This record gives sequence, structure tokens and C-alpha cells, in this order.
Amino acid sequence: MRGFPWRETIRTGLLGSVVALHISLVGMVEAFSRREILKDVVSMGQLLLLLVVLIAGYLAAQRAAERRRVYGVPAGILTGLIIGLVLAALALTIKPLNMREVLTNASRGLVKVLLFDKKGVEGVAMLLGVMAAGGAVAGVLQLIPSKVRRPIVYAFIATLTLGLLRDIFAVVLPRNVARYFYTSSGLTPKGAITLLLVWGGFFTFSQLWGQRIRSSLEALPPQQQRPLRWTAYALALVIALGLPQLLGDRGGYIFEVLDIVGIYIVMGLGLNIVVGFAGLLDLGYVAFFAIGAYTMAVLTTPELPAVRQYIEPMGFWEALPIALLASLLSGIILGVPVLKTRGDYLAIITLGFGEIIRLLVISDALKPILGGAQGITGVARPQLFGWEATDPQDFFYFILVAIAVGFFISTRLKDSRLGRAWKAIREDEDVAIAMGIDHVATKLTAFATGATLAGLSGAIFSSKLFSIAPHSFNLLISINVLSLLIVGGMGSLPGVVVGAFALVGLPELLREFAEYRMLVYGAALVMMMIFRPEGLWPETLHAREFGHGKEEAPGSGQATTAPAAAGE
Amino acid sequence: MGILDIRNVTKRFGGLVAVRNVTITVEPQSIHSIIGPNGAGKTTLFNCITGFYRADEGEIVFNGEPIQYLAPDEIARMGIARTYQNIRLFANLTAIENVLVGLHSHLKSWLVQPILGLSSYHKEEAWAREEAMRLLEFVDLKDQAYFLAKNLPYGEQRRLEVARALALKPKVLLLDEPTAGMNPRETEETMALIRRLRDELGITIVLIEHDMKVVMNISDIISVLDYGEKIAEGSPLDIRTNPRVIEAYLGRGAASGYAESAEAA
Repeated sequence: MRGFPWRETIRTGLLGSVVALHISLVGMVEAFSRREILKDVVSMGQLLLLLVVLIAGYLAAQRAAERRRVYGVPAGILTGLIIGLVLAALALTIKPLNMREVLTNASRGLVKVLLFDKKGVEGVAMLLGVMAAGGAVAGVLQLIPSKVRRPIVYAFIATLTLGLLRDIFAVVLPRNVARYFYTSSGLTPKGAITLLLVWGGFFTFSQLWGQRIRSSLEALPPQQQRPLRWTAYALALVIALGLPQLLGDRGGYIFEVLDIVGIYIVMGLGLNIVVGFAGLLDLGYVAFFAIGAYTMAVLTTPELPAVRQYIEPMGFWEALPIALLASLLSGIILGVPVLKTRGDYLAIITLGFGEIIRLLVISDALKPILGGAQGITGVARPQLFGWEATDPQDFFYFILVAIAVGFFISTRLKDSRLGRAWKAIREDEDVAIAMGIDHVATKLTAFATGATLAGLSGAIFSSKLFSIAPHSFNLLISINVLSLLIVGGMGSLPGVVVGAFALVGLPELLREFAEYRMLVYGAALVMMMIFRPEGLWPETLHAREFGHGKEEAPGSGQATTAPAAAGE
Repeated sequence: MGILDIRNVTKRFGGLVAVRNVTITVEPQSIHSIIGPNGAGKTTLFNCITGFYRADEGEIVFNGEPIQYLAPDEIARMGIARTYQNIRLFANLTAIENVLVGLHSHLKSWLVQPILGLSSYHKEEAWAREEAMRLLEFVDLKDQAYFLAKNLPYGEQRRLEVARALALKPKVLLLDEPTAGMNPRETEETMALIRRLRDELGITIVLIEHDMKVVMNISDIISVLDYGEKIAEGSPLDIRTNPRVIEAYLGRGAASGYAESAEAA
């Protein structure tokens, strides 16, 4: 083994060990072990450790293979063994050292998970074996060409995700199908294998032909692309509208989650205009959400006698425009003092603004108007032709409409004169001004548009919850929305959806996550910044459609000849 | 009275006088160079003209109107565009988007028109794209229209910056060291481009430049700044032989020898 990178491999192994120890001792492994992926074979807790081994092993193998290809697999195995040894040492010393007195999560349950429910030597051997095997797999994965690796890895991730989302799919799917794939707490072995094969096939297909299909679709002239795109939109709409009907009562929980995700998507679309397009870092975005929610609540509740002596409670639809107007105006009010500030200073001021609104809402002085710490109940619900929205499924429709509005506004503005002015200010404010852009009007419009979408989101939120309280409007919401933008990809509209599902949807579904939400958030954000700073679904330049569609649109008289010319 | 009159302008930063009592008259459709050693106040003067700095004393008159109290974006809309010493493009926008931003003040739509998709908006956008393409063609960047600005090579970035400034349809274009970092061939092309700006588009050019070959070759008139003061002004020939200018560049004592050899040549 001349030239084998011992030192680097051992270092990677030790780094992986630290991560593994950390997630074990903060209780994540044990908490997750209650959720099984494969019945009686692998739990989520063990998988978490295995994931650490896979990543560390992969990195070590990559390093080693740079020296000589044959070193890859041994480096992976060595990394796995090191992590295994450290974990074994932990498992064996927890009891004799009475670690639990200091580290409350170093419990017997953790030992059981670590040693695969076995005792003593047998358990340690099992642990070392699995970890070494994990390292070996990572080494092999590193060795094979990425064309083969990608479908395999994606298939595993997809299967794993479906296993994690058992609680949804086991309910949603027809009973016999659900029984084939799922047990009471995870996947069945044959279900897992079927899923792996199906996903593997799917990803292989998309690996081999996806690019070709995509580019041949893009090569189509815009006149033919448009009907295809509209078909896709219509299909998405039909699915979205049909879903609540299809699931009926079984879907209550799912729609509860979808509604929350949707509310975040609307907020995300709004903040995307402010931060993603115009580059104005707003950390107090929750303020506009709160203003929309509270305007809706104050105007429609039968409570609050101090208000009611002047105005009768309104209905949802009368209050909605007022709520939107209130958030729009508050966007401008925040915008004016921060016009001259940039970057960090802007962030601090907006942060303060968010806190001011929260403190106003919670204050005793304003209690007669805003309900104080107890909040307000009896918020009106939207009615349409005598039908009233009550359960999550009903609100799902309203949220869909709000999302559609947000998407529509964002796409329309993105490549308009205003959108370009936003982006110019984001890129270089001084130069934008030197180009004749009125930065005051441009920034205020960004704040106002973003705030209105947040207000819309807030109004629906308070109506859906039927009651609101100040604690729903803390700083964390601003941070969440900003994080979902970062994870999805700044400035990218599909990125908002992906980010919302990843950061809001997943934690709601995986209740074990809830406790470790911040830990996972932090780790996810750091990883994103290092490995994929542009986000999961970054903004793409549709150079072609951008160039073609606009050029040919006015000359509709030649539409009959255009496709032939463009399709050559 | 020229198209751009800088009258007795002084700009101080704390105790430092960056520009001292400078008067420069730029004639319409001329190429007017401003030269001087580093730190002579040339870029400061540009910033005063474009409104990013406020002159402490004096007056700046553009086309007969005083502009020293206007905001930078207002000055830009009146018809003064500029490029930067260190290229400042909108890096993450495409070349054509950069030019479209330059066209901003010639378009009208704002929030409502694009959302409603009014036909006037579509017409305006179509016109803007056509116009932007035409400008890109003018600087020979048509094929790079959909490249991100940051991915263009250096020389093309310089030209894109010019196209973006041209989109404002300026009467006066301030160029801050347009040939910095260019090889001789690129410098040659840039000089040709600057002449075309004046001859074909009738734009008045104010040029900050360190490359004396460019300055002497292209300028109609040259103003020399040193320590914030104007020390000389005249045709390239006058400036070449002016002892004060040589002194400013080469230091005292060098002047006599150089002036003689220049005259002999």
C-alpha cells in the first residue's frame, strides 16, 4: 500500500465519527429509530448513521482514488471501520462510565440501536461489519462512473423518501396497494425492492433520454411549445383540484400540511421579489404577514368591543382588500426609512421592524384593538355562493389561488422593465441609478409588492386558523421564509415551491424532526452553501424562449410560416 | 458655451481638496480628454458631473441647464451616461438585459402594465428588444446577447458597458479609462469605436485615459489635471510640448529635457 493516503483517510473517518457521535448524543439517532424504513431490518436512526458513513466514505474514497484508483474502496472501508469503532466505543462505555448523568441522551435505547439489538461482541461485530460495508459501498459508488451512480443514488433517495412518508401514502393509497408497500411503520421488503426497481428504471431512463427529450422539446418553435406548456399547466391544475375530492376525509392531515406549505409558498413568492429580485435583505418579513392576518382578524371577528362599537364585523371578502391594502401600505412605510440603507444595515432595520410589529400586537396598550397576548378568535371564513370554507381541503383551494396569483405576478414582472430595474439594483445600485433608474420608486414597489403577497398569505392564514395569537408571528417565520428561498434558489420561482416542501413540508410530516428542526436546518443550510450555493432549483436562463418568443410575438401575421423557418 | 460647462468646481473630502476650482468647457460633438497623474481628481470630477458627488462650489451646466443639484438618475435621464474605470456591469444579467436596463428611461411600463399584459406593454417590450439588439450589433456583440455579462471576455465586457451607456441615448458620454488593460489591437478597435460614437451618433465624448497614444491620437482637446487643479488645456500638440504637463507627469527637472526632445522630433 505505498502512497495510500492514511492520514487523510483517518482524518475523514474521525470527522465522520464526530458527526456520528454528535447526532447520537443529541438523541437524534434514538428518536429516529422509532421510525422504521424496512420493517425489522433498518430503522431511520441506523440509516442516519449509515448515511454519515456513506458520505464520509465517499469523500475519503474520492481523495484516495485520486492517488490510485484501487485505493478508493479500501479508503471507504477504513473510514467506515473508524466510525464503527468510535460508535462501538461509545456503545460499550455508556454504561460503565455512567454517561447518562451528563449526557441525558446516552440511554440504553441508544446502545440498543447502535448494536442492532444484539449484545456484547456480537453487537460490536455487527456494527463494525455494517459500517465497513457502508464504507465499501461508498467506495464502490465512487468508483463507478457518474452515469451509473446517479440513477442508483437517486433511486435510493426516492425509495427512502417514500418510506419516510409512509404515514401519508399508507392512508392515501387504496388499501391493498398500501399493504403491498407498507407495514405499520415502514416499507415491506418486497415493496422496497419494487420501488427501488421502478425508481431505478425511471432515473436510468431520464439519465439516458431525458436530456434528449428536453432539448428536442426546447427546439420546438414557441408556437408549438405553448400548447404543450398549457397542457402541463392544465394537468397540474386538474390534479391539484381533484386531489381533495379523491382523498376525501382520509386527506385531512395531508391537507393540513399542504395548507401550511402553501401559505409559506405565497410568502416565499413575496419575499422572493424583495430579496431574490431586488436584493433587499428583509429579515422582518413576518411583519407584513402579521399585518395581513391581524387586519383580517380585527375586521371580521365579533369580539373586540372597542372596535365593534365603530364597525360591524365584516365578511372575509370585504376584509380581504383592506388587509391587502394595509400590508401594501406598511410595505411602503417600512420602505421609506430604509431607502438609503444597504446590506447589513437594511437587514438590521427590517429585523427591528418585525419585532416592533410583534411587540405592538402583544402589548397591553393595544389589547382592546388587537387582542393582546390571547389573540383574537372568530375570524371570518371565506364564503362563496353560500358555501363556507371550513376544513383544510377547502382552504387548500384558496391557497392554490393565492399561489397562482403570486406565480402570475412574479413571472409577469420578472422580465419586465420593473423586474429588470429590480435586478439591476440587486446587482449594483450605483450603476442602476447612473442608468436613470429611480431607485426610490423601484425599491418601494418591491417592498409593496412583497408585502402585499405576505398580507394575502396572512389573511388566509388567520381565516384558516379561525383564531390568531401573537406567538405565531415571531422572527422564526422570517427566517424560515428566507431559508426556503436559499434552499430553493434565490430568485427562482420553482425553487420557492421546492424550498417550501423541503423546509416546511418535510418537518411537518416527520414529526421526529420537529425537535431537531433547527439542527437539521442549520446543517442543511451549511451544506447548501458549500455544495450547492445556487439552490436546489436555481433560476435558469431560458435564453432560447426568451429570445424567440418575444421576437416573433408581434409579427403574428407571419405565424403560419414562422414554425417552418424556426424549426429548421 | 459648450454642451457641458464645468465652472469653478471645487470638491473637498474633509481637508483634502480633490478638485480645486476647475473650469472645463466641453464643446458639442468633440472628443475631450481629461488626463493627469493618479489621484489628480479626474474620476472625482466624473462623479461630480454625474451627480454621485455634490460639488462644494461652482456650477455644472448641461445643455444650458444647471445640474449640480439634481439626483444622479435625473442627470442620467437628461442625457449624460458613463462607463467605469473598473468595469461595472450587471454581472448576473445577460448582455441584452444589461442593455435593456440602459433603455429603462425610454420605456414607460411599471407594475400594472406587465401584470395585465396590455398590448401597449408588449409593443414597448418588443421595441426595446429590437433596440437593444441594434445597440449590441453596433458594438459587435449580437451573438453574445444571451450570455451572462460575467461570462464575457474582458474586451467584450468593455464594449457591453458602452452599449449599455448608449442605450440611454446620451448627448454626452463619459468614458473612464476605456482602454485600460487592453492589448494594442483591442485598443485600436476601441479608438475606432469611440470615433464612431462621435461621427455616427453625434455623441460628445469626455474621456479619462492614461494611454497617451490613445489620448494624443483621438482627442480634439485635452484638459490636464494635477492635484485637483487644471494645469493646462489645449490641442494634443499643445499639451505634448507643455512643460507644466511634462513636469506633472515626470517630475521637476525632467521637463526641460523632454520638451526639447519633443520639439526636436
